Amino acid sequence: MKLIFERSREGRGTAYLPACDVPERLPAGELRKAPLRLAQVPETEVDRHYSELAQQTHGVNKGFYPLGSCTMKYNPAVNEYAASLPGFTDIHPLQDADSVKGAEELCSRLERYLAEITGMDAVTLQPAAGAHGEFTGLLLIKAYHRACGNTARKKIIVPDSAHGTNPASASMAGFDVVSIASDAHGCVDLDALRAAVGEDTAGLMLTNPNTVGLFDPNILEITRIVHEAGGLCYYDGANLNAVMGIARPGDMGFDVVHVNLHKTFSTPHGGGGPGSGPVGCRQFLARFLPHTGGAESIGDVRSFGGNFLVAVKAFAYILSIGAEGVPLAASNAVLNANYMRVKLADVYPMAYDTVCMHEFVMSLEKLHHETGVSALDVAKAMLDHGIHPPTMYFPLIVHEALMVEPTETETKETLDDAIAILRGIRDAAQADPASMHEMPLHTPVRRLDEVGAARNPVIKYAF
Amino acid sequence: MSGYIPNTSAEQQEMLRESGFSGFDDLYRDVPESVRLKKPLNLPGASSELEVRRELERLAAENTVYRHVFRGAGAYRHYIPAIVDEVTGKEEFRTAYTPYQAEISQGVLQSIFEYQTDICELTGLDAANASVYDGATAAAEACEMCRDRKRSRVLVSACVDPKIVSVVRTYSFGRDAEVTLVPEKDGVTDMEALASLLGDDVACLLIQHPNYYGDLEDMRAAADLVHGAGAKLIASVNPTSLAVLPAPGEYGADVAVGDGQPLGLPLSWGGPYVGFMAATEKMMRKLPGRIVGQTTDCDGKRAFVLTLQAREQHIRREKASSNICSNEALCAMRVAVYLAAMGPEGLRQAAVQSSSKAHYLCEKLEEAGFVRAYKGCEFFHEFVTDSPRSSELLAALKAEGILGGLPLDDHRILWCATEMNTREEIDMVAAIAKEVSRS
Amino acid sequence: MNFPKDLKYTGTHEWVKFEDEKTAYVGITDYAQDALGDLVFVNLPGEGDEVASGEAFADVESVKAVSDVNSPVTGTVAEVNEELADEPQKMNEAPYEAWFVKVENISGCADLMDADAYEEYIKTCD
Repeated sequence: MKLIFERSREGRGTAYLPACDVPERLPAGELRKAPLRLAQVPETEVDRHYSELAQQTHGVNKGFYPLGSCTMKYNPAVNEYAASLPGFTDIHPLQDADSVKGAEELCSRLERYLAEITGMDAVTLQPAAGAHGEFTGLLLIKAYHRACGNTARKKIIVPDSAHGTNPASASMAGFDVVSIASDAHGCVDLDALRAAVGEDTAGLMLTNPNTVGLFDPNILEITRIVHEAGGLCYYDGANLNAVMGIARPGDMGFDVVHVNLHKTFSTPHGGGGPGSGPVGCRQFLARFLPHTGGAESIGDVRSFGGNFLVAVKAFAYILSIGAEGVPLAASNAVLNANYMRVKLADVYPMAYDTVCMHEFVMSLEKLHHETGVSALDVAKAMLDHGIHPPTMYFPLIVHEALMVEPTETETKETLDDAIAILRGIRDAAQADPASMHEMPLHTPVRRLDEVGAARNPVIKYAF
Repeated sequence: MSGYIPNTSAEQQEMLRESGFSGFDDLYRDVPESVRLKKPLNLPGASSELEVRRELERLAAENTVYRHVFRGAGAYRHYIPAIVDEVTGKEEFRTAYTPYQAEISQGVLQSIFEYQTDICELTGLDAANASVYDGATAAAEACEMCRDRKRSRVLVSACVDPKIVSVVRTYSFGRDAEVTLVPEKDGVTDMEALASLLGDDVACLLIQHPNYYGDLEDMRAAADLVHGAGAKLIASVNPTSLAVLPAPGEYGADVAVGDGQPLGLPLSWGGPYVGFMAATEKMMRKLPGRIVGQTTDCDGKRAFVLTLQAREQHIRREKASSNICSNEALCAMRVAVYLAAMGPEGLRQAAVQSSSKAHYLCEKLEEAGFVRAYKGCEFFHEFVTDSPRSSELLAALKAEGILGGLPLDDHRILWCATEMNTREEIDMVAAIAKEVSRS
Repeated sequence: MNFPKDLKYTGTHEWVKFEDEKTAYVGITDYAQDALGDLVFVNLPGEGDEVASGEAFADVESVKAVSDVNSPVTGTVAEVNEELADEPQKMNEAPYEAWFVKVENISGCADLMDADAYEEYIKTCD
């Protein structure tokens, strides 16, 4: 389809502003000479252009989206309504406190709710996404060790199954990353952890349930080992949806937590953002939190108080489901995942064949070895069935991985359909493996030349 | 039937049975008893949608929405054509994840490609990313782009928005790297001080244009000084101003950053906004975050895909230059739709009217006795007044339902005007200012 | 797969071609390029940078991975092959022409294999 710039015709457009009612004045001095080739299109064309783009986009509204680690649950409509209220959208971030009492009440209540769910004492809403929350949380750990005079604590321990953001965040916070291998069950290898901790340990970053979808049964021992070595424990909340209301990071021994409002708390992901990554911590770290103006605060991690409208949506969600709904959402997410896992395990070997939490990881290594059909091929074949594929090739410790996270908001029929489709793809892969490399056939575009895109980057329109 | 869970209790029980579990508790057999939550969460009980609406409407009503706004300082009220909400409210855009599966994500990918093109056009630079969190984090990330082993000190003009300075300092605390402020002189960056601070260890200068006080900097002089010392120039810019002020590429900026909020995003008490970043071709691979590139599919059809991914955290892990994963895609789309709707002429009108109204407001305030500070500088749509009656004026305006400028201290006010402010409104401010001066 | 006789090889799949005792060209082997898949970019050091044998001096990127390239020798980078930035496919198409850097003032080197030994060695890899 056309680019908006290819729809452009000189002189076209829609006028939105009245004539200027004061004398025109621009600053003296140098003005812009460079051309400004924005599209010149009337509103009808703008509207149709984006309608066409929307048709070429798969959202949760269109179909099943079992993208592991991303918690693509339904985004309730009432959240959107709430976030569109002018009392929220049209307030300036630098208005006097007495003119934004509603916004302040909402944020402080949301902070309290998140503290309760995570078992933490204090929460900041400033971080704009999960990775931003990780960075913030690690800076709290850094500031704490500094305040204690422990400048030698430079190392953050990260399991090899971790999301890439964990080691990247640790580097940004000035730490050295120590990667430890997982054990045969995909969990933290306690001996490896014991060997890794020491006087240079600043802390541990852990996702629990972990990235293979398992709750680490040794969690208390893990946090104890780190604490005894003088380190702090960071909880990556990417998988909180499995255990909210069931078990709290604070009760597992964690000191700092981030949560993803755009995963666990139903706010939509917007094709890549905006998200929101609030950080919670124990009382002894609260004095380092960002955006407090306090002498020991780490400062600010962005302008203003956070992605406020995202917070509004998460707040509406928590009000809707309430105290009893939080664990119910978690346990149904876990049920849906286990239901799919059990019904697929005979044809898709599970990386860890045991009860899973909200997601499970299949390994297509055997299929790949026998037929040449890869995890990528299976994922691409799913596209023709209107299902967003699972997360591919993650975690790195599982070969030919497909990570499936159905979430609690899907019906049994949707799960049954997806199971049937996946089983069908497996049959097709064995019957006619060659055809699998051609999939998908019926999507707006087919497989792309990613190598060409990276070798000769074209990242803007050539006028 | 709560928590947006569609399956009935009977269906849930059936699914448990079919998967071989004795009950919900059995699903959590790996969770040690000692970490299980034994009491209900201390949260309110579930609410019906009607109750949720009532509560949210009550909270929204507790906030004052000013009809007349003369405050900017990093968040600007501009006109947003209705089409922007209409288009970006489409559920496909709103509910999609990051476009990892290109075959079913062409809509989002193409919109980002168009946004990247818009940002390159506005800034006059070669390469833009798909967005970062906001203008302040864009500035902090840009500083990291310029740092290397030999040059790690970052110079930041004291005329940069203090919120941005704070974020640059926080990111630098992470990297254990140094930030040095270049002092202000008469409302702009002190170029003599800049010259004396430059050295072999300096990675870059971060300078804002127009600066925090609304004043125009001598960007060419700054670029010459910085480049002469082998460092890079990062221009933090207001995107609306770029319709009339020189593009950063014109005065030699290596990286341009800013907040896209003025281009189609509501004030929203500070977020979500969107940070834009553009750089010279030479620095393209140092850009953090997602970048969309053009390619073809196996049938030869033009298509778009996330590219240059080996820079990013999911591949480079601890060696990645940034940890950013989620960005502000839907906000970037708002910017793209805004720019498509307004067009070059519409954006120019918004810029010209903002400048014109700010100058008119300034003139009227001066007549009323609120004189402009930093008179030697040219300004765009923000300026500072200096008067002992400042707090009285702001209080008097507030009483009339007007959000006046931002008090910088007890005598200076940072004002802003945009195309949203009518002449009548400005005259009203001037009349109130006159009264305050007289009393 | 092709392993020219006039080159020396490392256990981490780099080749080195000595001009004389103090000067050599360095690149990655046919085996390496095949294992890495389509390469899309290479991050090279700057002229004048010091490289040390056995330590990473560059990295190569495919679409979904990045891999370090170790230096077989210790010395100073005299020249870098800028051409690879524009034509990364050369690393796949002609790995022994696609040299990464020319190193001079060589003061030491890693354990190197000749072509025959390397060909035996790669049978043990995978």
